[in-house]
Amino acid sequence: MSEAKKFLYVNRRAPYGTIYALESLEVVLIGAAFDQAVSLAFIDDGVFQLAKGQDTKGLGVKNFSPTFRALGDYGVTKFYVEKESLAERGLSEDDLMPITYEDENDGFAEKPSLIFVDRAEMARVMRDQDVVLSF
Amino acid sequence: MKLSILVNEGPYTHQASDSAYQFTKAALEKGNEIFRVFFYNDGVNNGTRLTVPPQDDRNIQKNWSELADKYKLDLVVCIAAAQRRGILDEGEAKRHGKGEGAANIAPGFRISGLGQLIEAGIEADRLVVFGD
Repeated sequence: MSEAKKFLYVNRRAPYGTIYALESLEVVLIGAAFDQAVSLAFIDDGVFQLAKGQDTKGLGVKNFSPTFRALGDYGVTKFYVEKESLAERGLSEDDLMPITYEDENDGFAEKPSLIFVDRAEMARVMRDQDVVLSF
Repeated sequence: MKLSILVNEGPYTHQASDSAYQFTKAALEKGNEIFRVFFYNDGVNNGTRLTVPPQDDRNIQKNWSELADKYKLDLVVCIAAAQRRGILDEGEAKRHGKGEGAANIAPGFRISGLGQLIEAGIEADRLVVFGD
């Protein structure tokens, strides 16, 4: 197999109401086993996927948001979150789940996975990828 | 160029599977290689042999099956997404006790795992995504 490629998963939709967010996460989990460089992007309603305190009991749908916090253990440590998408929805960085990973190159120090970028930076992140999967 | 195609929407409700088909066909006619076409989300519904569209409309599943036959295309339906939506091959139908004749995977399609999508991204020069 050729050398590692950069994969970016772009999450554009709210976590519930459609299955896109859940099935995107399923690809991320499988893809993590392939030793590629994986990042996630959250834009538009996709930023709601990272919202704190999700409670789906009334929906009868599984709350899969805790899975995001486990992705660090699979080597998925870069979550690019678009600032404009947050602001447009009345959200701030404090409304999102704290997501961290242990940096094995730095004595397993706990570091934040969320990287807040503006729209222009997000465009650069996307341009830098080999494979962009959009859900 | 070596291309992989990802189809994320079902037939008829969305333009995406028609666009993916037209793109794939055009790419092949221009001499490009299609490494794989992967069907995910409702895109798995492109691969059921049980659709019966009106006679004066295009038959999207048949279009795919014929293209696969002509160019020896690898059409792969995601197993997890397919099971949710009732797309089964003989092995899966049997394994889940769905009875004789329940398999509905269309000719030219096969059911496999998400790893096939990641591999399609790794092996191709470009992965082209068709969705909504």
